[in-house]
Amino acid sequence: MAADLLQVQGLGKRFGGFVALDGIDFSVAQGERVGLIGPNGSGKSTLVNCLCGTLVNETGSVHFDGRDLRGLIAHERTRLGLARSFQLPRPFASMTVADNLRVPILYTVNARHGGKHVAAGEIADRCGELLSLVGLAGRAHDYPRDLTQVDMRKLELARAMASEPKLLIADEAMAGLSHSEVTDIVALLIRLNERGITVVLIEHIMRAVMSFSQRLVVLVSGRKIADGSPQDVIRDAEVERAYLGQ
Amino acid sequence: MTVRWWTFLVVAAAVAALTFLGARAVDNDYLFFAGYTVLQFVVLATAWNILGGYCGYVNFGTAAFFAIGAYTTVFFHKTYPLPIPVLLVLAAVIGALVGLGTGYLTLRLRGAFFSIATLALAVVLQTLVVNWNYVGGSRGAYVIRPNEIAVIGSYIQYLFLIMLGLTVVSLTVARAVERSWLGYGFATIRDDELAAEASGVPTLKLKLIATAVSGAIMGMAGAPFPYYIGYLEPASAFGLPYAVNSIAMPMIGGTTTWVGPLIGALLLGTLQQVATVTISSAVNLLLVGLLLVGFVIIAPNGIVGLVQPWLRRSKGKKPHGG
Amino acid sequence: MFSADLLVNALVAGLLLGGFYAAVTVGVSVSFGILDIVNIAHPAFVILGSYIAYIANAQFGLDPVLVGILALPAFYILGGATYQIYYMSFEKRGQEALRGLAFFFGLLFITEVGLILVFGVDYRYVSAPYIDQSFSLGIIHLPMRMLVPCLFSLLMLICLQLYLTRTFIGRAIMAVAQDQLALRLMAADPIRIKRIAFAISIATASLAGAFLIIIQPVEPSVGREYIGRVFAICVLGGLGSLPGTLIGAMLLGIVESFTATFYGPSWAPAVSFGLLLLTLAFRPAGLLGR
Repeated sequence: MAADLLQVQGLGKRFGGFVALDGIDFSVAQGERVGLIGPNGSGKSTLVNCLCGTLVNETGSVHFDGRDLRGLIAHERTRLGLARSFQLPRPFASMTVADNLRVPILYTVNARHGGKHVAAGEIADRCGELLSLVGLAGRAHDYPRDLTQVDMRKLELARAMASEPKLLIADEAMAGLSHSEVTDIVALLIRLNERGITVVLIEHIMRAVMSFSQRLVVLVSGRKIADGSPQDVIRDAEVERAYLGQ
Repeated sequence: MTVRWWTFLVVAAAVAALTFLGARAVDNDYLFFAGYTVLQFVVLATAWNILGGYCGYVNFGTAAFFAIGAYTTVFFHKTYPLPIPVLLVLAAVIGALVGLGTGYLTLRLRGAFFSIATLALAVVLQTLVVNWNYVGGSRGAYVIRPNEIAVIGSYIQYLFLIMLGLTVVSLTVARAVERSWLGYGFATIRDDELAAEASGVPTLKLKLIATAVSGAIMGMAGAPFPYYIGYLEPASAFGLPYAVNSIAMPMIGGTTTWVGPLIGALLLGTLQQVATVTISSAVNLLLVGLLLVGFVIIAPNGIVGLVQPWLRRSKGKKPHGG
Repeated sequence: MFSADLLVNALVAGLLLGGFYAAVTVGVSVSFGILDIVNIAHPAFVILGSYIAYIANAQFGLDPVLVGILALPAFYILGGATYQIYYMSFEKRGQEALRGLAFFFGLLFITEVGLILVFGVDYRYVSAPYIDQSFSLGIIHLPMRMLVPCLFSLLMLICLQLYLTRTFIGRAIMAVAQDQLALRLMAADPIRIKRIAFAISIATASLAGAFLIIIQPVEPSVGREYIGRVFAICVLGGLGSLPGTLIGAMLLGIVESFTATFYGPSWAPAVSFGLLLLTLAFRPAGLLGR
């Protein structure tokens, strides 16, 4: 598959004696919508951390947009266009919601274009735009501590989007959202995808995963056990046994 | 309305000039001696806060950088005396290099390890100086203060003026950094370094910048010191009061803005001058320690933190300037 | 120049010193290694222990080690109270990085200045019948004032290791570093466990302080010399591992002993701190890792 945006080969990660990831192979094509599911502790977050440079994998390789990511630290990967949201929201507590979005714009978008790509005045507009997209319009001047858990997840997503990524990994962004909020976020991610952003959705909420994904990958105990169309994957016996049947 | 940095610089310089002229009018030497010490603390506290308050990395080795500046002066005084402004530049360069070096070795680790390393740096440097006889070793070095200098007259007034200049420079730098894109980056490092990296912030590079700037300013603060004190020995140059005060003053004043260290240093510095004269210097230090612990527990955002909610309510939401 | 006599005795002195250093460090090994609390004020508690031993020895003629043991409950309570303040003010609010460090630094400072105010800067020492004695094994010279603390240190380390590995609370302490959720499911309160662990770490300072004043005369600023030693040993020996702490301590003791013997004592402080800087720069996980 020639034009794969993300290629993961033989990725392995251990913590002391515990094998968190055991030879993961998978790829994501440009423009795809991939869902990643698996029980708690299956290694999903470890995988994200290895892809984004927060953790360093011992074995295997990650290629993004044709480049080998070995040796690149997290901020360099973000600048290449690989963005993620954190499972447990990690906002910048001492700045306003709008300023939280300003950071990726200043440090990723501007840096990518060698300096002043987005003029100072435009940044405020950009932030407002993003906030409206995720449903946080009007909260620009609030502080993260004033937000509900749910709003913090939306901020988390908005911050990842602010860096204008080519590939966005949404790590359990919808936990705790209401039925309609989940629908909204899925619609948002699909709109992003239509604009050309490749999205990997890591989720437990099956409804969201099924309606969003063009392809579904299943991780259990650090191994990939299924990779295919959502309909096929959920009917796979091993997947049923390991995950859905619980 | 955003005040640009050069406007601030001009205003601050004007305030400094007025202060100086006012002090000359009073014409009491004690004012200049005491004022020098208080201003020195403003500079040290401001410098410390650039790395400590803005980035969240605690430097326990302020004394090391201060002593670097002081001993640079001693070294040149014995070799080839240079005018103080030149010494300031040299001290800044060496302070920045040492800061970069320490930072490069330890800033990739957790903040706690960096802090411990700064403590280690102070002790290692002190041991080196104690064993370096050219600058006096443990016996210390005499640096005779000239009586007069052209234009200004009294030398102590000249030293006071220099320290005023350093204060203006350090406050301008701190404020400019705080309000720039650099300042945003520093704040993200303090708030959540992992999220900062994920947002594209080159955390190591920024931390090194902060360490270098902080070290440079601290070095500059130490450069005129030998002329001020007349006799420099390692125990006083590397003294614990520098470490404690440079941490206590920003913590008490407020660590997130340039105003905090200024307030903390002015208050605490003046308090200490009064206490040292009236009570004793040991009790004075005890008070500083107690205030530090007290504020850290009860008012973690310092005096600025206590006042800010009032300001915000009366002015409406305070916008973050660009 | 390198006579066998000098070498062997420097080595033995280093080992004895190392045993003692382990006692001073073990508290930080627990609080930093297991609880992730950077208690740079630990040497202040040790010095406090030394001064308490001094007072009891000067007033009542009690043996310092005995005083160290008798003071254990007081230090335990002090440790528990300190942790409670730390937890309420910083850990709960997630502010331990900056403010917690400043807090302990403040404690360190207050203790030192407080001791200066009460006792002045003169060196204090204890008297006990064995302090001036020594005996020889061939060319090896064993001063009692080094041997006694070293032996009791080892005893203390063994007791602590047994406690951490054999008792329920001890194992809960080891577990709290790794998995607080699992601990909660076992119906143990992680906060209480951490408080007990920290209290134990401060209690060790009581004994370590008594050992210290047997080995050398003490004055208030001595505590600061030990910050570098303690953290150098922790980083060398791997945080949270008691055997690692002992090995790291002996390594440091030997290096210091050799430096003092062959280069003079004025370089001694630079040894531990220099070693710490080097280790942090090149091998922060410690020689033994975790």
